[in-house]
Amino acid sequence: MSIVNAVIQGILLGGLYALFAAGLSLMFGVMRLVNLAHGAFAVLAAYGALLIVRTGALNPIAALLIIVPAMAVLGFVVQRFILQRTLGTSPLPALLVTFGLSIIIENTLLLTVTADQQRLNLGSFDTAAIALPGGIRIGAFPLAVFVFALVVLALLSLVLSRTQYGRLVRAVSDDPGTVQLNGADPKLIYGFAAAIAFGLVAVAGVASGVQTSFSPSSGSLFLIFAFEAVIIGGLGSLWGTMLGAVVLGIAQTVGAAIAPAQQILIGHLVFLVFLAFLPGGITRQKALR
Amino acid sequence: MTPEPLVETRSVGRSFGRLEVLSGFDLKVEAGEVLGIIGPNGAGKSTLLAVLGGAIPPTTGTILLDGVDVTRRPSHWRARHGIATSYQVPRPFLGMSVLENLLVAATFAAGSRGHRAQAAAVDSLQRTNLERFANAEASSLRLLDRKRLEVARALASGPRLLLLDEIAGGLTEQEVPELVELVRSVAASGVTVIWIEHVVHALTAVATRLLCLSYGRVLAEGEPAAVLASPEVRRIYLGLDPEVAAPAGGPDA
Repeated sequence: MSIVNAVIQGILLGGLYALFAAGLSLMFGVMRLVNLAHGAFAVLAAYGALLIVRTGALNPIAALLIIVPAMAVLGFVVQRFILQRTLGTSPLPALLVTFGLSIIIENTLLLTVTADQQRLNLGSFDTAAIALPGGIRIGAFPLAVFVFALVVLALLSLVLSRTQYGRLVRAVSDDPGTVQLNGADPKLIYGFAAAIAFGLVAVAGVASGVQTSFSPSSGSLFLIFAFEAVIIGGLGSLWGTMLGAVVLGIAQTVGAAIAPAQQILIGHLVFLVFLAFLPGGITRQKALR
Repeated sequence: MTPEPLVETRSVGRSFGRLEVLSGFDLKVEAGEVLGIIGPNGAGKSTLLAVLGGAIPPTTGTILLDGVDVTRRPSHWRARHGIATSYQVPRPFLGMSVLENLLVAATFAAGSRGHRAQAAAVDSLQRTNLERFANAEASSLRLLDRKRLEVARALASGPRLLLLDEIAGGLTEQEVPELVELVRSVAASGVTVIWIEHVVHALTAVATRLLCLSYGRVLAEGEPAAVLASPEVRRIYLGLDPEVAAPAGGPDA
């Protein structure tokens, strides 16, 4: 496997990681909440899709039409009735509560769907690929995920910078108290931000379930990849998150080309290098953009 | 039948732990009034404004807006229904431009959209002499301009009742008349104003009614000159000998 091929596969993998990381980045940017259950919710969405695929005989892409709105509603509800109560000057309550949520979700899944590895099947689309000269094959599905991530992040970024609602989200991120003086309720904005984040993590969970197998305990790995992408890219910046995800993806695939068994370890090492020498990430932005 | 006052408090009280800051407070403010409130530190002035603006709920009593009970309404609801507050310590959105700060208020408090929101934001910029900072980041403003922005934000939110919390504090003697002129023009445009201030001559220049608070109760109330001349106010708030006549022009605090 050539290095060029590894880099291309890494960029595409970065699209998937960007989808995982965008929701985490958004919730942190808007309400300063670190959601440790982010990966667990992705797994929940993957199992939700699996259930729909098996009972409704739909393919996983069609299942997204049900699972994404369902997860968005769940995100709104979880934010309003659980996470909202943890917000305050200390980040500790939110960390404890979301960690607790991740344990509850993982163990509930273990009890109900067992620890068996599962996979979402797309049929022929799974293996479809575009052949390039030099023996490089670009998988149709990873490419679709990458393009989707790019489009979603571009849309989010456009909404944040250009629209009145985006301005309101940036205002809440800046000072929720002053937002109230401006006639808007921060709690409602937090709820919608959580809905978007959960919708994104649902797409990420399902897409990951198509590309690799998953089990109830896959959440922690998803969470770590999302964290690494956010930190490498720079906190609070959506484009930074995309960039960080691509860097992480390349590190993993190039690492796999050099030492096939150490793919994830090499991703972690690159992350540690960033943490040590560029702790603010690639973009180093303070405000949400 | 007389029309409802714009805002009314009925035996409003607010305690912090065992400390009773406001108690049994009754107030009626008619539309178009400029009510000045003075009083020693800790008299409950800022608490009163916070209770009116919805930043903190009263412990007892009711607050009426146009005769409707709004006691349990949160501050963002009140901002949308015409109650705007300018605080002593401005807290603008530091990462956004001055114009964007005002657009948030014009869009979500006043409910204007598109060009109308833009026009309202620009209008409040002009009234507060901030036009040249329109595209500057709020974090780059010095204190005086942040105070102007704080007033501009309240104006952009399309208020019927404007609550001003010691906005003249920290201004120089040259800057105060400019601020007084601004409040006068706001009042002339039909906005009712309640203004808490230690700079007494700023208040007497625009107030149609003056109220002196002490320990959560009304010490004196009425025509500004008469309130300043009352023996209790002179003794408790101004620290003057009540037997000596008030100097012309009123004292500064």
